[in-house]
Parts: sequence; C-alpha cells; structure tokens
Amino acid sequence: MSLLDVRSVSKHFRGLRAVHEVSFDVAEGGIQGLIGPNGAGKTTTFNMIAGVYAPDTGEILFAGRAIHRLRPDEICAAGIGRTFQIVKPFAGLSVLDNVMVGAFLRERHAANARAAAAKILERLGLGAKRDLPASSLTLPDRKRLEVARALATRPKLLLLDEVMAGLRPTECDQMVAVFRELNRADGTTILLIEHVMRAVMALARQIAVLHHGALIARGTPEQVVRDPAVLECYLGEETEV
Amino acid sequence: MSRASVSLAILAAILVALPFLLGNYALSVATLILYFAYTGQAWNVMMGFAGQLSLGHAVYVGVGAYAAGSLFFHYGIGPWAGVLLAMALCVALGLIIGFLAFRFRISGVYFALLTIAFAEFTRIGFDHLDWTGGPGGMFLRVAQRDTWDLANFRGPPLMYYYAMLALAAGAFALCAWLLRSRAGYYWQAIREDEEAAQALGINTFRWKLLAVAISAAMTAVAGVFFAFYYNNLFPEQIFHISRSIEIILGPVIGGVGTLFGPVLGATVLTLLSDGITEALAAVGWEIPGIKQVFYGVVLLAVVMFLPNGIWPALARRLRL
Ligand SMILES: Nc1ncnc2c1ncn2[C@@H]1O[C@H](COP(=O)(O)OP(=O)(O)OP(=O)(O)O)[C@@H](O)[C@H]1O
Ligand SMILES: [Mg+2]
Repeated sequence: MSLLDVRSVSKHFRGLRAVHEVSFDVAEGGIQGLIGPNGAGKTTTFNMIAGVYAPDTGEILFAGRAIHRLRPDEICAAGIGRTFQIVKPFAGLSVLDNVMVGAFLRERHAANARAAAAKILERLGLGAKRDLPASSLTLPDRKRLEVARALATRPKLLLLDEVMAGLRPTECDQMVAVFRELNRADGTTILLIEHVMRAVMALARQIAVLHHGALIARGTPEQVVRDPAVLECYLGEETEV
Repeated sequence: MSRASVSLAILAAILVALPFLLGNYALSVATLILYFAYTGQAWNVMMGFAGQLSLGHAVYVGVGAYAAGSLFFHYGIGPWAGVLLAMALCVALGLIIGFLAFRFRISGVYFALLTIAFAEFTRIGFDHLDWTGGPGGMFLRVAQRDTWDLANFRGPPLMYYYAMLALAAGAFALCAWLLRSRAGYYWQAIREDEEAAQALGINTFRWKLLAVAISAAMTAVAGVFFAFYYNNLFPEQIFHISRSIEIILGPVIGGVGTLFGPVLGATVLTLLSDGITEALAAVGWEIPGIKQVFYGVVLLAVVMFLPNGIWPALARRLRL
C-alpha cells in the first residue's frame, strides 16, 4: 500500500512550469529517491507535499487522505516531517531548544520534550553540541539539526531535501546509517531529494527522476541509471555518480 | 540555589523593604519604575517572545484605564470588577488587530503601523465619546488617602507601590513560566523563523494571537492601575504614541526577549530621566529640550554599544 500518493500535480510560477503533471507514490515503509538536475522541480514538489504551495492541478493523498488543501502545520501534525534545503535553524535558540520545538508536537510537557529531543540529538551525533546556539553550527551540523528537528515531530513520512550536501564521505555514510536504522527500526518511510548519488544508491529502493518539471523515469536505482532519458538529461551536468 | 535565584531573593527583599528607606518622592519614582517594568514585560511577550512588533501598546493602557475608570466614575464600581472588564475589552481589541494582521499576512513594519493606527483610531474615538468626558477628560474622585481602601483601590502612596510591586513580580513570574512552557518555545520559534515553525506543526496564526491576547490582558491591568493612581484620563495623553514608545524603551534598552531586560531597562531609564532633571535643576540650566537631548544621547549610546540591551551583557559579566 502506498503511504504517499502524488497524482498529476502541477505548480507554475508566473510563466514557469516548475512542476508539471507529476505522479508518483511512495510505499509504506519504503525509501524513495527523488533526483534530477538543478531547477528540475524537486523542492517545489516537496513544498506541495508539505503544504507550502497548493498545487495548481492534481491531488496528494497521505495514508488515503487528501492533504493538498492543508496548511504546513496540519500536514506535519498528520505525520509528514520535512527539512529545508536552505536550512532554517532557529538561530537564537540552542541546538537542544531547536529540537524541543519539534518535540512539543507530541509531548506537551517541557521535561518530556527535552528528553525526547536529547535522545534524537544523540542519534544524529549532535549530543555534545546540544547547548551551543544553533547559529554557531557549521553547515553539515545545521543539516543534521534540520533532520533532528523534523524527526522530533515523529513523522511517518520524512521528506529530506539534500541533507547530505556538503558532508564528507564518512559523514555521509554515517547519515545513511542513521536513515537505514530509522527506516528499519522505527518503520519511518523516507522520500529524499539528493544530488549525492552515493547516498541515493545506498538508500533508495525506488527512484523518481524529474527534469524540467516533468517526471521522466521511475524504477529501481539500477534501472534508472541505465535509462537513456536519464543519462540524456544529466549529460553535460556535473554528476556525482 | 543557583546564583540567579539567590540574587532574585535578595532583590525581592530589598524591594519589599524599600518604602521604609525612601521618602514620598522617591517612592513615587520607584512606583513608576515598577510600572514600566510591568508594561515592558507585557510588551515583551508579544515582541520579545513572539517577534510581533507593537508600537501601539498605549491603546491597551488607555482602553483598560477608561474601562475601569468609567465603571468607577459612573457606577461607583471598584477596580476589581473593572479589571475584568478592562482585560476582556483589551483582549477583544488585541484579537481584532491580530486577526486582521495575521489573517492578511501583515507583518513586520506594516504590523507595527497597524498597531499605531489602532491606537490613533481609539484616541479619536474617545475624543468623541461624551460618556467618558471626551477630550476634556475623566476625573475620578480622590478620597482621603491615609487608609488602605482595597475594595476601591484608594490609599496612600505605599499601597500603590506594593500593588505595582505585586504586579511586576507577578508578570515576571508569569513570563518566566511562559518562556519555559510550550508556548514560550513556540513563540520563539515563530520569532526566529515562521516558516520553519509551521513546518514543525505549529499553528502560527493561533499562537501569535495567544501572544497578543496575553500581552493585551497584562497591559490592560496597567491601565486600571494608571486610572486609579493618577485619577485623571485624557485621550490626548493616554493614547499618545509617545506613551507607546515609553513602554517599549525599557525592554529595548534592557534586552528584548529577556526576563530581566524590561526590569533593568525601566530602572535605568526612569532613574536617568529623573537624574537628568535634577542635575539640570542643580546646575541651573534652563535650555528648552536639553533634557530630551541628554536622554536621547544616552539611549543612542546604549543602542550603539549594547545592541542586544544591557541585560545580556550584564548577565555575562555576572555569570548568571
Ligand atoms: N517561489 C518561487 N517563485 C518563482 N520561481 C520559483 C519558486 N520556487 C522555485 N522556482 C523555480 O522553479 C523551478 C524549480 O525549482 P526547484 O527549487 O523546485 O528545483 P530543484 O529541483 O529543487 O533544484 P535544486 O536541485 O537546484 O534544488 C526553478 O526554475 C526555480 O527557479
Ligand atoms: Mg531544491
């Protein structure tokens, strides 16, 4: 059964077709990749799923329920957590307080939210930095913080927008291990946008490819990297395959 | 006990004992400091915690003052019922302003302008409201002032000092509690990045309205105090934008978003304003506007050298 069902959604910005008639689904318990060259419409697709933009056409179902008219906070409460490609830490708050904000969605009391947040920070290797102001973190740590905050809302579906960008290969592998564990032990379904092919190939069981706002291929990682249309659109692009 | 709570206990003891060390004039200055500490704390809930800049907080002082003042003036009803009416009216007014702004995504400077506009509209409204005396003002009966009449909030300066002390301490405790609760975290998240806050499941519209409602209700109580302390109310004065600015200067100088900022800022500014007046009188300078110039220069210096306010810098020094 699919947890997320995206049905021919489109989003236009003025004359620009950012996303056009895109359909795909994400199986419950699955890990799906969403790839494509710069400007392909990946983040815009995320923003529609997360409720930032209402799609111009089409619909989005989450666990069978239409969510494309809901606000971002309602979608988060329904069980979809997201990270921002351009990180958005609460700069004036400590790392722990940042994650507590997320944890308060499921834990009303500060003590419980704090405990839950601390546990998540340990899991992402940010435990030692919990009392630092978020503004002092390096970019890779800010990406981890994005993930930690989203996880604190206990999502059934986690949307990751280029969280591996800028990580060193060993750090990238650690992050991959975290997501594997999350998927295996907690059953969290993951949809990830990623340019780092090393991570996509290691994690994703299914990949969808966007190009100029259109879906041009879907399949297993092996199928997708051999697809002529995919090779075509990446030609001349600097790929990290 | 931590250094912070020891310092707090000492401060509380000093404040309770203070009237016995001060003369009547100094006591009125101390009452004024507490008044601005209180209103600053109330404003801070909206701006310092939730990041919503109000430049029209005088509207809540004014509506609160007129609400309780009118009940007393027309029906002889004391401020205990008056304060409930004042809070209800101010919460309603705050919710209207907040609803309009947040529903139609008016934020930042435009939100601040809206708050000024509401204060101005309300002032004009009261100017035309004969029931409250119009522009000629409303005067509350001043009774004999040496016994404590708590039911009608009539008494000696000491009573007003302790009332203001209780309010300021209560506001401090309330804000400390709010800041550590879910509301405080949500407000700060909204202040830092509203889009990220929303993505974490926060209904930012509702939580911003809550901040406005609490801030308005707190400020309304200050208005009731104002009415019964000064006993005369004029729309021109009470709703004037300079009154709104007066409220925000304390927290701005002391440290926006901090608990001690409003208290410290109110103390520094009130003493400063008073000190300049006295110093100029002693020197015998009578140049018009010279006081405002001094005051302005000090404000400028604080803003330039301590852009986050005095408290954050002081707290670091004291290692609190
Ligand atoms: N808010 C917006 N207003 C106008 N145009 C936008 C907006 N957001 C995105 N776009 C445009 O839509 C297109 C798709 O952008 P999108 O961010 O979805 O791409 P992407 O696949 O995430 O790219 P990248 O890999 O660079 O992150 C781009 O041409 C972009 O400039
Ligand atoms: Mg993107």
